[in-house]
Amino acid sequence: MTLKQIAIQNLLRRKGKALLILVGLVLGIGTVVTVISFSDAVTGDINHKLEKYGANILVVPRTENLSLSYGGIQMGGISFDMQELRETDLEAVKHIKNYRNIAAMGPMALGAVRVNDRPVMLAGVDFEEARILKPWWKVEGGQPGAGGILAGAEAARVLGLAVGNSLDLGGHPLVVTGILMPTGSQDDQLLFTTLPTAQNVLNMPGRVSMVEVAALCTGCPIEDMVRQISAALPGAKVMAIQQVVKGRMETLAQFKKLSFGVSVIIVLIGSLVVLVTMTGSVRERKEEIGVFRAIGFRKAHVMRIILMEATLIALAAGIVGYLGSMGATRLALMLFADNPHVALPWNVPLAAGALGMSLVVGVLASVYPALTAARMDPNDALRAL
Amino acid sequence: MSTMKGENLTKQYGYGEAAVTAIDGMTFMIGSGEFVGIMGESGAGKSTLLSIMGAMNAPSAGTLTVEGIDVYSLGQEQRADFRREFLGFVFQSFHLIAYLTLEENVMLPLATIRMPRRRKLEMARYALAAVGLDGKGRRLPSQISGGEKERTAIARAIVNQPPILLADEPTGNLDSRTSREIMELLQGLKNDGTTVVMVTHSRECARFADRILQVADGHLKGDACPTDDVRVKAA
Repeated sequence: MTLKQIAIQNLLRRKGKALLILVGLVLGIGTVVTVISFSDAVTGDINHKLEKYGANILVVPRTENLSLSYGGIQMGGISFDMQELRETDLEAVKHIKNYRNIAAMGPMALGAVRVNDRPVMLAGVDFEEARILKPWWKVEGGQPGAGGILAGAEAARVLGLAVGNSLDLGGHPLVVTGILMPTGSQDDQLLFTTLPTAQNVLNMPGRVSMVEVAALCTGCPIEDMVRQISAALPGAKVMAIQQVVKGRMETLAQFKKLSFGVSVIIVLIGSLVVLVTMTGSVRERKEEIGVFRAIGFRKAHVMRIILMEATLIALAAGIVGYLGSMGATRLALMLFADNPHVALPWNVPLAAGALGMSLVVGVLASVYPALTAARMDPNDALRAL
Repeated sequence: MSTMKGENLTKQYGYGEAAVTAIDGMTFMIGSGEFVGIMGESGAGKSTLLSIMGAMNAPSAGTLTVEGIDVYSLGQEQRADFRREFLGFVFQSFHLIAYLTLEENVMLPLATIRMPRRRKLEMARYALAAVGLDGKGRRLPSQISGGEKERTAIARAIVNQPPILLADEPTGNLDSRTSREIMELLQGLKNDGTTVVMVTHSRECARFADRILQVADGHLKGDACPTDDVRVKAA
């Protein structure tokens, strides 16, 4: 017979009480883990979606000119007095450390052309990459191949273009294969074609005006990506689109704040359940504790029994809480998430955290009942003597 | 050398006008290997006296010395060690732990001692055999009779072979036949050298004691052999 055996036997005998404390802790720890897993999973999913939601890095040639446009209003003629980037230069980006974080890289050739005596900007793009860079594009008709044109909504209206119309761009005959539905962006003003076609029309073979990059920032800050691309393209100016980045970070921060707030409240409730139940249990065991003290148990021995019981329950609660929370998270994802198939991997640090938190909450909440038990006067406790 | 010596022991509960004196200036000596009964009416102070003897209730005044140790000069934790080493308790209501088997109940005083489990088990079985419960160690307290519970409580009290056994109404909840068996058991322990101090209401039980301390209104009114007429000491 040891103190540990007394603790175990008591738990086995008082299954109801032990179960109540276990349930309190499991609910507390389980909910915290569920909230964290759920928010991590959904945040990861949102993050992934956001990262794919358009470009977040722009690569443009270095220039000494200052922009003369603001809010879409041009204050002067468009200046293209700058160095174009070479398509071959972009190969260097494939060798940066975090290249695998680049979801899409879309080089663009930009230049002014005349259609029906009106100036309009022609953009040569890689339509495959554009699917990722501009997922909001909706096209009436079809995507253009070589010799095809996709007209922005406003450009089509102003120029009177419809699907099937033929255009002559500086001696290059092209056919309108699609009209871009209004996007509310500058894309509405442009005519799009394939990159080689635009390079041919604009007489800029092998060169591009700018590159749009969609970088997945999980595991690496966008500033790192900018630095790495800048190093790979010394002749280019690489810029992070701050609004997009900040928006993402704020979304994540709000998720985290909510999760943290809910977690703190639930842990407090769990602690309270343990405290109340353990205190009640100690009072019920007054006679037993009186016997322990009368036959020579020190205060520390009594405390050790109570805290050992709390530790055993907390260990079980940590394990059950984590396992249960994984099931609950999967269920919550199915019920509340846009994408119910979000990955939910076993998270060892989270499991260890759940176990640790369960132990800390269980044991800390049991310190007061343990002290109460240890301080019991054996004479009062036994009454009989 | 005397085993236990109480000098001018006084115990008051409460303060001021509400103060109640449970025992008042008791002085006594109990020799090693004696079987002493404490008798008196309810509220006379015998249970308070026993709890003071048990190192669980500090007197308001006076000293208790056991084998030369001034018990109440010890700190609380040292008194716990003292109880474990010197005293065995037998409670009126048995106070067995319901979720432990008889063997485990008897092993309780050994729980805080570093000793191989097998050795503890041997000691518990030996103690159970000594009180006539050989082979019943795996039972729970709910599976045995009142007499057997009392025997188990005695086995728990003697498992670590303390020099002094304190018993509070050990036969209070038992029939006369079982009471007699328990008293014979206590007498046997006394014969083996254990000092036994027992609170009892029963004159029948008191007959087994070597001496009777008669307590009334918080005072020690008499100290006599049970077969003699009680001699009233001058206050």
